[in-house]
Amino acid sequence: MRQKLVRLVGGVAIAALALGGAAACKSDSASNEAGGDGCGSKIAFFGALTGPNAALGINMNNGVKLALDQYNKENADCQVTLVPLDSQGNPEQAPGLAQQAIDDAQILGVVGPAFSGESEAANPLFSEAGLVHVTPSATRPSLADQGWKTFVRTVGNDLSQGPAAANYIKNVLKAEKVFVVDDQSAYGAGLADEVKKVLGAAVVGSDKVQGDGKQSDFSATVTQVKSSGATAIYYGGYYAEAGLIRKQLTAAGVTATLVAGDGVNDPSYITGAGAAAAEGDVLTCPCMPASETGGTFAEDFKALHGSEPGTYSDTAYDAANILLQGIKAGNTDRAKLLEFARGYTGQGVAANYKFTENGDLAPEAVRVWAYVVKDGKIVPDQEIPKS
Amino acid sequence: MDFNTLFSDFGGYTITGLTVGAIYALVALGYTLVYGVLRLINFAHSEVFIAGAFAAIWGWAALGLDRDSVASGFGSIMLYLLVGALIAAAASAGTATVIERVAYRPLRKRNAPPLAFLITAIGASIAIAEAFGIYTRRLPVGAPTVVKNDVVFTVFGAEVTVVQLLILGSALAMMVALDLFINRSRIGRGIRAVAQDQNTAALMGINKDRIILVVFVIGGVMAGVAGMLYDIRIGTLTYSVGFLLGLKAFTAAVLGGIGNLRGALIGGLLLGLVENYASALWGANWKDLVAFVVLVVLLMFRPTGLLGESLGRARA
Repeated sequence: MRQKLVRLVGGVAIAALALGGAAACKSDSASNEAGGDGCGSKIAFFGALTGPNAALGINMNNGVKLALDQYNKENADCQVTLVPLDSQGNPEQAPGLAQQAIDDAQILGVVGPAFSGESEAANPLFSEAGLVHVTPSATRPSLADQGWKTFVRTVGNDLSQGPAAANYIKNVLKAEKVFVVDDQSAYGAGLADEVKKVLGAAVVGSDKVQGDGKQSDFSATVTQVKSSGATAIYYGGYYAEAGLIRKQLTAAGVTATLVAGDGVNDPSYITGAGAAAAEGDVLTCPCMPASETGGTFAEDFKALHGSEPGTYSDTAYDAANILLQGIKAGNTDRAKLLEFARGYTGQGVAANYKFTENGDLAPEAVRVWAYVVKDGKIVPDQEIPKS
Repeated sequence: MDFNTLFSDFGGYTITGLTVGAIYALVALGYTLVYGVLRLINFAHSEVFIAGAFAAIWGWAALGLDRDSVASGFGSIMLYLLVGALIAAAASAGTATVIERVAYRPLRKRNAPPLAFLITAIGASIAIAEAFGIYTRRLPVGAPTVVKNDVVFTVFGAEVTVVQLLILGSALAMMVALDLFINRSRIGRGIRAVAQDQNTAALMGINKDRIILVVFVIGGVMAGVAGMLYDIRIGTLTYSVGFLLGLKAFTAAVLGGIGNLRGALIGGLLLGLVENYASALWGANWKDLVAFVVLVVLLMFRPTGLLGESLGRARA
């Protein structure tokens, strides 16, 4: 009897709590929508700020910070604040963070999620909540085909980057034997598959490794590459593993050029591999070198952060600017800002933006660049011609 | 399944597999020693290993070797190796001592249940790994090229390199030394006595706590050297690699028969080989799956591991 009573009381208490919570939420969002002038609203950055692949996320966050800094200087009486959501690049953390952004009614738009894997985990939630998310870097092609109503991408997807890398291997490196490795991530495997498709019979072997810092010894893969006699290696994945693989390949006497995508296009790759081992490796990116981006972006970035813009600093800056322009134009609720972002056209620093009906960057706006490692630095090589 | 890949370079897969296995074996010793004496799985042992691996890199850095330097000259290479091994062993042994003092001894004094030890072990492991993670900003730390990976000789079409010889040689040498120490020395006899029966050993005048400390220190020294060898082999160190490597080493210890020193060696080498062969046959993404299926199947037929028995009872 007593137990029953306790249960009953407990149940009532929980129900009351839940109701109270719901009521609180409701009043919260109501008061926010009443605000309406966009002052005090927030945008979020969603990506890895710590963890094994944080360097790329930090590049982007710095680009967003610059956009916000400039906006808030121009609109000192009506500022927008930045909420960093650190996913560590981990898809398991993504849904929780997405919910956090959705529950904060002040957040009108999100720059990110940065990587493809976490996008797959977080984007369904955003789509359901109607919160627009502009990714500067998640390049897996299928992200645009999931029917997410809120998806916008300011970067060319792997359908442009993969074939471009393959063309570079074929036409510039003139490699006849290519070994393809990927890290089984949404991003890495997708990119590697596109490369394999274009290279066809030139692929003499392939292997899959573990990403996310789960593997550090690649001796079996190295042995395979070595016996395959490949003169070029394509790696689909991120810089942490790429650096290790390069270092171990070179240590085993493999001198083949490593070609990889934007996930490796970061100085941390050279730090991991060692400058001598990484020399001559080719990194592609659907992003332009700082010297090619328009206006004073590179100088402004350096003035604010004291360092050169990194990979995706420019696309993240553009993504943030699209959201900020929308807020400035009076689109101060989520539905209006979403509509604005998806219909946006205009010149940014990295591209002349125009989006398809899925929110993907229109193919004619995509430009892929090849960069090479030279004297321990990543320097622009050439824009890779389409096909 | 791709037998071609495996057999076209069978020697190569064998030698790299043995090299990986030798490092597993050195770390496995720490698990097996502590288990043999305390019946305790020291899950924080993976961080004992990490401490040594970081200490070696930082020690070399203090001597002026950064990630892009290449050591040259036989004398200076030997000096760097010796200094690296000493620093790594000292750091690992120190970490192991602290773990024993902070996480285990207080519990032992209060007769805590075995579950409590398990939790403090995991807690210590996470705490230490996170501390290294925060200190290194979770970025990979590059090791210098202390030993150049030149090919020494070719056997059955497989190139054997200096690094591989160094790792296999030093791992084997340390195993033999440890085996002799446990079986021939006075302290070794004490360790075996405590492993057989703690209370009786105490009645015979053996200082139990001292023996336990010695066991942790020996395990630490082995793990520290393994850490330095890992640096030389992999070339880059991330704070989080200890977890999986520790798990593999623990697996190796169970495979060979936990509590059994020679079992740890056999288990380590076997695990390294199986992993590497599996990578060749099905691709690197399959290696963990195959390795652990082999473990399960093997334990079905030999529940106490390949060599079975524990430290005290083993005739080893």
